[in-house]
Amino acid sequence: MNRLWHKFGPVLTVVVGIFALWYVMAVVLNSNWAYDKAARADVELSFSEMVVDTWSQDKPKLPAPHQVAVEIWNTTAMKSITSKRSLIFHGWITLSSTLLGFALGAVLGILLAVGIVHNKAMDLSVMPWVIASQTIPILAIAPMIIVVLNAVGVSGLLPKAIISMYLSFFPVVVGMVKGLRAPDAMQMDQMRTWHASKWTTFWALRWPSSVPYLFPSLKIGVAAALVGAIVAELPTGAVRGLGARLLAGSYYGQTIQIWSALLTAAALAAALVMTVGLIERITLKKMGMAR
Amino acid sequence: MSDVVIEAKNLSLTFETNDGPVHALKDVDLTINKGDFVSFIGPSGCGKTTFLRVMADLEQPTGGEITVNGMSPEEARMKRAYGYVFQAAGLYPWRTIGGNIRLPLEIMGYSKAEQADRVNKVLELVHLDGFDKKFPWQLSGGMQQRASIARALSFDADLLLMDEPFGALDEIVRDHLNEQLLELWAETNKTIAFVTHSIPEAVYLSTKIVVMSPRPGRVTDVIESTLPKERPLDIRETPEFLDIAHRVREGLRAGHGDD
Repeated sequence: MNRLWHKFGPVLTVVVGIFALWYVMAVVLNSNWAYDKAARADVELSFSEMVVDTWSQDKPKLPAPHQVAVEIWNTTAMKSITSKRSLIFHGWITLSSTLLGFALGAVLGILLAVGIVHNKAMDLSVMPWVIASQTIPILAIAPMIIVVLNAVGVSGLLPKAIISMYLSFFPVVVGMVKGLRAPDAMQMDQMRTWHASKWTTFWALRWPSSVPYLFPSLKIGVAAALVGAIVAELPTGAVRGLGARLLAGSYYGQTIQIWSALLTAAALAAALVMTVGLIERITLKKMGMAR
Repeated sequence: MSDVVIEAKNLSLTFETNDGPVHALKDVDLTINKGDFVSFIGPSGCGKTTFLRVMADLEQPTGGEITVNGMSPEEARMKRAYGYVFQAAGLYPWRTIGGNIRLPLEIMGYSKAEQADRVNKVLELVHLDGFDKKFPWQLSGGMQQRASIARALSFDADLLLMDEPFGALDEIVRDHLNEQLLELWAETNKTIAFVTHSIPEAVYLSTKIVVMSPRPGRVTDVIESTLPKERPLDIRETPEFLDIAHRVREGLRAGHGDD
């Protein structure tokens, strides 16, 4: 019991705190509408009636947690996954472009890092551009990428994946440059005494040295890829995906729909990061680097 | 084949730094013969490590000549003529002890069977038999350094260059490893160049002690040891041992005279 409390207690406390604050804020933000309705119907609202109303409105400013939970339940478990109203359907659309974009971003990031570490010219020229690329707001560049790719006949999954890639390659480049440079001067000298080729030095020394740096970068990268996929669905008038759900919800003032899409996206991000974390633990254990 | 392994003539190396040139080595002459155990001793900045690195082609001299097995250091390095033991063991944490020792053999293209054979042989030589499946962090510092010596012995280099290999270890472990190193040297007939800053270590191990001094880095004395090849640890209390140690100390002091 005590051990369980030590493990989950702190997290549970914070979760309870968040829910309490959430319910309080729902009352504060939605009370105006409750009083307005009552005034128009010419009835007097007691405090408890007001509170109940703020937690059950159709289009509240801030939906209460149980309203979001019910909406998520109704649009996941209660809907066929091929339905246009199923969050699983929309989640899968977003997830597929996230995963493709993340894979592209990871490969691009690693290739750029290898180039930067091995080539002086690339070291001096590429890194500033990599950093500059991240200073441009993704929201500004996303529609242009979609339009340009459409013009050359590329549409569907790939343009969205490219926006995911655009966000996710950056942490991978930064982490991998550091990781591939992790071997110290002595280890590099040692390879030289064995007359090892650059190729051998890379595969036997640099690559394994970089693994502990790769995974934290991939965790940030996969979360960024999801953000990229959602952002890519916003300005393009997409009708499918979590981003499209967010957009449709905001068109029609469906706040409960917005929040349920939002929480689904957050859960998806957490699941992705945890999956990468799991692969990290297995890999490090296999390499003998986990104690 | 001649018996000369290392021959340096007027060897100089100057590093250009922002504070002006640093003479790491200046006009160094030295010959190391096959089967010698040569120690380089001196205060930091005397160029003893730099000299070793020049032999290994890790630094390029700026003047004079040096040959390793009659070749330039670069040719010797490409022919894998020497094994180099660094101050830190530098074992790869993701490889087992066996895997670490196998690494140079893999790089040099030995067959799988030959690799396994040699790993077993050198592990036995440094008394680490049975540890090949262990990871480096499961071993003590002294054992790790023995594994790194095993790695340097695993391929057919008859020259062993050692840069303060026991510098980071405590006195007791160090004594033990010194004793083992002498055994190993007698068994394998290698030529050893050994950098140290410990006088007893240098005298105990060497057939030849090269005393160096800094600014500019140069050789101030070369002492041929008169100690027998068979050396129990308590030889360090004999008058003969103390005589040699005294001469090394004098050499070091003379080199410091101009400070």
